[in-house]
Amino acid sequence: MTLYSRILGAASGVAIACTAFAAQAEVLFWSTQAKPVEEAQAMREQVLAGAGEVDYQPNDGGPWLTRLQAELQAGSGTIGVLGALHGDFSAMNPDDLVDLDDLGVMSASGTFNDLAKLGTDSMQYIPWMQASYIMAASKEALQYLPEGADVDALTYDQLIQWAANAHEAAGEPKFGFPAGPKGLKHRFFQGYLYPSFTDGVVRTFASDAAVTAWEKMRELWAHTNPASTNFSFMQEQLLSGDAWIVFDHTSRLAQAFNERPDDFVAFPAPAGPTGRGFMPVLAGVAIPRTAPDMDAASALVAYMLKPETQVATLRATNFFPVVEVELPGDLPPSVKAAGDAVAKMSASADANPGLLPAGLGDKGGDFNRIFVDSFERIVLAGQDIRAVLDDQKGRLAAIMEETGAPCWAPDAPSDGACPVE
Amino acid sequence: MNARLLPYVLILPVTLFLCLFFLYPFLLVSKQAFSTGAGFTLDNFREVTSYWKFPITMRNTLLLAAAVVPIQLALALLMATMVNRMQKGRDLVLYVWTIPLGISDLAAGIIWLAIFEQSGFLNSMMSGLGIVDKPVNLLTFQNPGIVFLAIMLAEIWRATAIMLVILVAGIGLIPKEYYEAAEVFGASPWKRFLRITLPLLRPSLQTALILRVILAFEIFAVVAALSGTLFPVLMGETYAYQFDLLNSGAAAAMALIILAISIAFTLIILRVLRVPKGATI
Repeated sequence: MTLYSRILGAASGVAIACTAFAAQAEVLFWSTQAKPVEEAQAMREQVLAGAGEVDYQPNDGGPWLTRLQAELQAGSGTIGVLGALHGDFSAMNPDDLVDLDDLGVMSASGTFNDLAKLGTDSMQYIPWMQASYIMAASKEALQYLPEGADVDALTYDQLIQWAANAHEAAGEPKFGFPAGPKGLKHRFFQGYLYPSFTDGVVRTFASDAAVTAWEKMRELWAHTNPASTNFSFMQEQLLSGDAWIVFDHTSRLAQAFNERPDDFVAFPAPAGPTGRGFMPVLAGVAIPRTAPDMDAASALVAYMLKPETQVATLRATNFFPVVEVELPGDLPPSVKAAGDAVAKMSASADANPGLLPAGLGDKGGDFNRIFVDSFERIVLAGQDIRAVLDDQKGRLAAIMEETGAPCWAPDAPSDGACPVE
Repeated sequence: MNARLLPYVLILPVTLFLCLFFLYPFLLVSKQAFSTGAGFTLDNFREVTSYWKFPITMRNTLLLAAAVVPIQLALALLMATMVNRMQKGRDLVLYVWTIPLGISDLAAGIIWLAIFEQSGFLNSMMSGLGIVDKPVNLLTFQNPGIVFLAIMLAEIWRATAIMLVILVAGIGLIPKEYYEAAEVFGASPWKRFLRITLPLLRPSLQTALILRVILAFEIFAVVAALSGTLFPVLMGETYAYQFDLLNSGAAAAMALIILAISIAFTLIILRVLRVPKGATI
């Protein structure tokens, strides 16, 4: 062997070792959040810039879960850190996630920390960021507010009247509702309509108050843009003018406020006979048991909970911090608008905060389907409300019994599975 | 190499590929469909067929196939005959007609959505011509007929080309002598089409129909893009079971139900369009 070839061999050996090392040092952050390209880019360039070598890969729920399950089944994997919604984690087997109590980080909210235990004794994920659902409207719609109505303290009747006035003025229905395939309509029923009218979700599913709630939903629907069954991100319809008054997730309204901050207002969800029901959205970070480098993954999870990372995350994704932070003054318009609306909603005298469904395990999708099906049958197909609720009630009871999930707020606590009364 | 063995050796790679990436996953899916954790069970099938939407999705899927495939067959036959008669520009026309074949079905759905939606091309055109005062909402739950029509149009536009390609190849194989003989005896063009083209086209028709009918039962992306949740089809429910409800067993059962329907229709087409024994082209 000549000297030249020896040098060449040594050099290539070093090169291979270097790439192997680099590949190992990079933590794969496998997320269902911050999927839009701009958000993903902001996550990589701003949020994760100080976190060392991180490969941030957001994905749709399906592919996200498929790869994760493949790695768990194989017993070895490349995913270092998972980022997902509470619902995604609660559908998993807690044994597949590493206990995170020893990390020494957690959110400022005891409720969130309890949710993150997924029914076990230790933290299965760490709360990462939060959001909520609010209402938003074009400023040109404000002139049609019914007499005496305060946009920051609407009731469902006033909202319906407002939507009716706007309908009449515009000549076409101008309320917008995210009832499309990817829309979050089920959360409106679970966290807003039901708590506001029945002071419950599961127990009161088929109560007389629930019948009233669905009647109101029908009244509202009469003034709702019928194309709503294809709407999933209401910021698009706000911007295009297809809808003037809308309900949606704060981050699904952000673009409207950021593009034309002076044209739109954000305000709290309406109140019903049993208060102003509303619900948080909670995302978390977790480590799968197959993570290749536990130390690097733990360091990344801890990094995500730092106050400055949380503020950067807020800018990037419009999801709010879960730890105590001092919010800077130069936040994007969407963050200010949504933050104000959420603050007014929680501080209102008649606030009736609900929790995310908990303890449903992998039946979370079936639970949502109960509400979506009820909507499709009652509102779209015009079937009898009482008959539909009595029919769906059986399915709901079966899910609750199978999972044994206890009641969550605003339902009164239960021993064992939450009963459908 | 032994000449008798050569063909088998040549198809070996593709056979292995199919076994590994089709047959093996297929077996796994069947296993999933017939089990819920412990032993053999039909629970998954019971679950999906007892769901209130199942009859609706089944009806929608069959209805769509019944409405789309005959039109596509007629169109493809017409287009294939036209292409075959062309002296000049035959290739160009064929290329243009088969463009939709190269477009993914989701993209096709989105193209037609851009035409039909409230701020879409159709609405701009109609209001430009003064037919309507302002854009109307066409694809809504109040107009199931228009939604159905839009899906039909998108499907016809997108998937007629696959039949066309097969039929053009088939027509090219029919010997000219038959037509010349028929002309000598004074057969009209329509009669020549009925008595020569159609019967001799049977094998191609068979292939084209089987391919098309199976694809019609698998329709998913076009429907999802155009109708959202307004027009539930079997494949959409399968997707919902797998990814919304995380119920792989039920999704596998739905997949097998779609497979069963596809096999049934394939057998029917094979039987109806069989080439009689002893007949050759």
